[in-house]
Amino acid sequence: MSNFRDTGHLFRFAGIFVAAILIFLAIRGWLVPHTFGQYGHYRGAALNEIAAKPVHFAGHQSCETCHADIAEKKSSGKHASVHCEACHGPLAAHADDPSIQPAKIDTAVLCAQCHETSAAKPKGFPEVETASHSNGVSCETCHQPHSPALEAGGAQ
Amino acid sequence: MQGVNGFMYPNEVQLQWSVLIVLYPFITGLVAGAFILASLVRIFHVEAVRPTYRLAMLTALAFLLVAPLPLQLHLGHPERSYEMYLTPHRTSAMAMFGFVYLWYLMAVLVAEIWLDYRRDIVIMSQSATDWKRWIYRVMTLGSSNISPRALEIDDRVGWLITLVGIPSAFLLHGYVGFIFGSIKANPWWSSPLMPVVFIFSAMVSGIAAVMLLYMLSARLRKEPIDMRCVDTIARYLFYIFIIDFSLEMLDLVHRIYEADESFRSLDFMVHTRLYFSQIILQIFAGTLAPVVLLGLAQVVKLPELARKRIYGIAGSLTLIGIFAMRWNVVIGGQLFSKSFLGYTTYKMGLITREGLLMAMLLSLLPLFFLWVLAKLLPPWYQEQDAITAAG
Amino acid sequence: MNMTRRQMLVLLPAAAVAWESLLAGTPESSPNYEQTQHWWGMLIDIPKCIGCGNCVRACQSENDVPDGYFRTWVERYHVTDTNLANPEVISPDGGKHGFPAAVEDSGKYFFVPKMCNHCADSPCTQVCPVGATFVGPDGVVLVDQKYCLGCAYCVQACPYGCRYIHPTKRVADKCTLCYHRITKGLTTACCEACPTGARQLVDLKNPKDPIHAFLKTHAVQVLKPQMATGAKAFYNELDGSVR
Ligand code: HEC
Ligand code: HEC
Ligand code: HEC
Ligand code: HEC
Repeated sequence: MSNFRDTGHLFRFAGIFVAAILIFLAIRGWLVPHTFGQYGHYRGAALNEIAAKPVHFAGHQSCETCHADIAEKKSSGKHASVHCEACHGPLAAHADDPSIQPAKIDTAVLCAQCHETSAAKPKGFPEVETASHSNGVSCETCHQPHSPALEAGGAQ
Repeated sequence: MQGVNGFMYPNEVQLQWSVLIVLYPFITGLVAGAFILASLVRIFHVEAVRPTYRLAMLTALAFLLVAPLPLQLHLGHPERSYEMYLTPHRTSAMAMFGFVYLWYLMAVLVAEIWLDYRRDIVIMSQSATDWKRWIYRVMTLGSSNISPRALEIDDRVGWLITLVGIPSAFLLHGYVGFIFGSIKANPWWSSPLMPVVFIFSAMVSGIAAVMLLYMLSARLRKEPIDMRCVDTIARYLFYIFIIDFSLEMLDLVHRIYEADESFRSLDFMVHTRLYFSQIILQIFAGTLAPVVLLGLAQVVKLPELARKRIYGIAGSLTLIGIFAMRWNVVIGGQLFSKSFLGYTTYKMGLITREGLLMAMLLSLLPLFFLWVLAKLLPPWYQEQDAITAAG
Repeated sequence: MNMTRRQMLVLLPAAAVAWESLLAGTPESSPNYEQTQHWWGMLIDIPKCIGCGNCVRACQSENDVPDGYFRTWVERYHVTDTNLANPEVISPDGGKHGFPAAVEDSGKYFFVPKMCNHCADSPCTQVCPVGATFVGPDGVVLVDQKYCLGCAYCVQACPYGCRYIHPTKRVADKCTLCYHRITKGLTTACCEACPTGARQLVDLKNPKDPIHAFLKTHAVQVLKPQMATGAKAFYNELDGSVR
């Protein structure tokens, strides 16, 4: 009995601990997100939240359903591997609602981005020094953007 | 780009961890070190340093209370930090921080201080006046049993807690070292020696800090300094410093000799951007100078005043050196590119959330806490006698 | 323990709003997408890259990447035969606006597009203290931005420099492999915009994916193989000087 009396304060101290741990466990069970641990140590719902973000690039398959003529022309030309939005930029909004006009392209900037001469480009990639090659004339005057090679019947 | 030499991966240009993350290991280091000093009395029966026992415990508590603040301030979303308790990630070294911290705070420091002061608390809950009385009342937890037997039990339990506390202190700080040492992506950090170096540098800084605080408090209170006590502390400081220095040199020599793929890049960094903080501050001013000074006091018989001066200078240099070491680890580890091709610069803000002003505030805060704690629970042994007399 | 309780009480109102959405169940998932049927990666064909920067721009507009931060970027290496181990590397604004013209000399030039490697044993998800970043069942490394603390430990742990702290959201941000696209059957924005097919999304669990044939006939490498991260960004004809 006296043993307990002389250690009673220790039990009070320990009691605070136990109470705190119990409260913590109770709160914890209530706070952890429901889908946590569904697939692993993370919130399972996060996967679908990230997947639900809006798309900005519609993808060339989408363009091709409406612009079949251009797609066909392009596929037989030298730009076959270049997808529509590589030049036109993200157009998902337009693909959803064609009344939204795509922005006009400045070919002087666009074509040079890919074709300006540089020793760093892989060998065999068609390069020109745009300044001397076109003499300031717009590229489309001679090349059709969707089928640029002159021999391939692209000459205007 | 501004401040960049050579090539950095574009996302590396800005540093992620600021001066606040330098403070964090520095402060936890002081906690662990101060506690080890206190355990010298309790476990290893080094009676000479008893005058600093309570001061060391309160210092540890004051600094530990501040330790999580720099982390919280640095988080992008401090309001989410509770998640660390809800869903701690087993594979993350950082996830354990919350638990190790609470364990150390409540189960070790608060418990031990409470047991050690319980007699004083009970006496003061009866003798103190006004609001203070209420504070002490709460602290007694409603038990005013200070019979000799109860106190003897307290003493034994306290001893046990200190025994558990030593590995806990090692855990607390070794684990901080592991946070850095386990990052394989960063060759400046990645080293199994990191936790060990952190532990020993923690002891060095904590012991030096308590020694300085003790000397300072004696001067402020216009009391004589117990030279036997300070001499003993200085001796331990010297020994542990030598171990710490050897470990750091071991790490350095190993890196230089192995000279792996990162070596050229790191070597260049140490000789340029880190030259002042690493070579000058950390190694020469912060390690070699205090080791020589302390060694001198061991070998040569010096008069008391000279020893006091030496201890004061050596202690201050030590703290600067250990702070520089934390700086070099945390900031240095982010100055070079993981491509080993370039370097960036750290631009410390002034009054930003993670700026210089905040860092200074956080360094002073523990001293303020200590002042409050010392008012509530006087660690001075003369006063303790007075309390006993009153009781 | 008093500490936690107090901390929690203080934080309760602040986080209450966030909890509402955190506690919510699974939102509508993409139809027909079976997470366990995929194991995504990326093939990067170095000899095909012309350094136009289309991928960087596409990524920034698809994912609202803030200026000065990069989920993908392009580096240009210049290796001279006298100093093979010490290449000269540039990546002006991540290659977003292309590169300055280079002149022919004794060295060689090539471009290296970089992005998250979607490592199978990713060091970044390993260190996350709360489980806010993870490798999904389909092998994509993602960040749960509603759960992330913004401690930046993952940024430190990534050997490739692919993560950053979003300057306004204050959480970790990184390449999601356009998770919102690939779960709808589209390819990533960077692949969509790449004119030469230098980047190709690959699904290692799909037996019909051309990657299998490609791997049989090409010398494919990952970045920093010594890190043993199980990287899934496969580089064709990667030069030894690339880090
Ligand atoms: C739902 C059908 C549809 C889809 C999908 C679609 N478009 Fe269109 N697009 C149209 C229509 C209709 C017009 C307007 C035709 C006109 O005014 O002559 C148009 C006009 C355009 C124009 C501008 C023509 C001009 O005169 O300036 C461009 C460029 C264009 N589309 C590109 C694209 C691209 C790139 C895509 C793929 C992302 C795409 N479109 C997808 C229907 C579509
Ligand atoms: C090499 C870059 C490039 C590619 C690839 C490309 N376009 Fe164009 N496109 C242009 C340019 C340049 C123009 C003319 C400038 C303008 O009107 O904005 C143009 C004009 C158009 C126009 C309006 C004028 C016209 O010829 O009818 C449509 C519609 C169009 N593109 C659709 C497409 C579609 C669909 C694709 C993919 C199948 C595609 N483009 C691929 C560069 C490109
Ligand atoms: C996004 C990059 C890109 C843009 C923008 C682009 N091209 Fe091309 N271009 C290519 C690729 C890729 C090829 C195919 C190269 C090959 O066959 O190896 C190509 C091929 C060509 C060729 C054929 C060269 C030959 O082999 O005969 C011409 C001409 C050309 N482009 C002109 C243009 C013009 C004009 C523009 C601007 C309207 C333009 N390109 C814009 C990527 C681009
Ligand atoms: C005055 C007409 C004209 C204009 C304007 C013009 N080109 Fe050409 N381009 C040609 C002709 C003709 C050829 C084919 C002969 C040759 O290979 O040099 C050609 C060839 C090319 C080639 C292929 C070169 C190769 O090595 O196969 C590219 C790429 C090219 N042009 C890009 C451009 C770009 C980009 C612009 C706009 C800045 C442009 N061109 C403007 C007439 C023109």
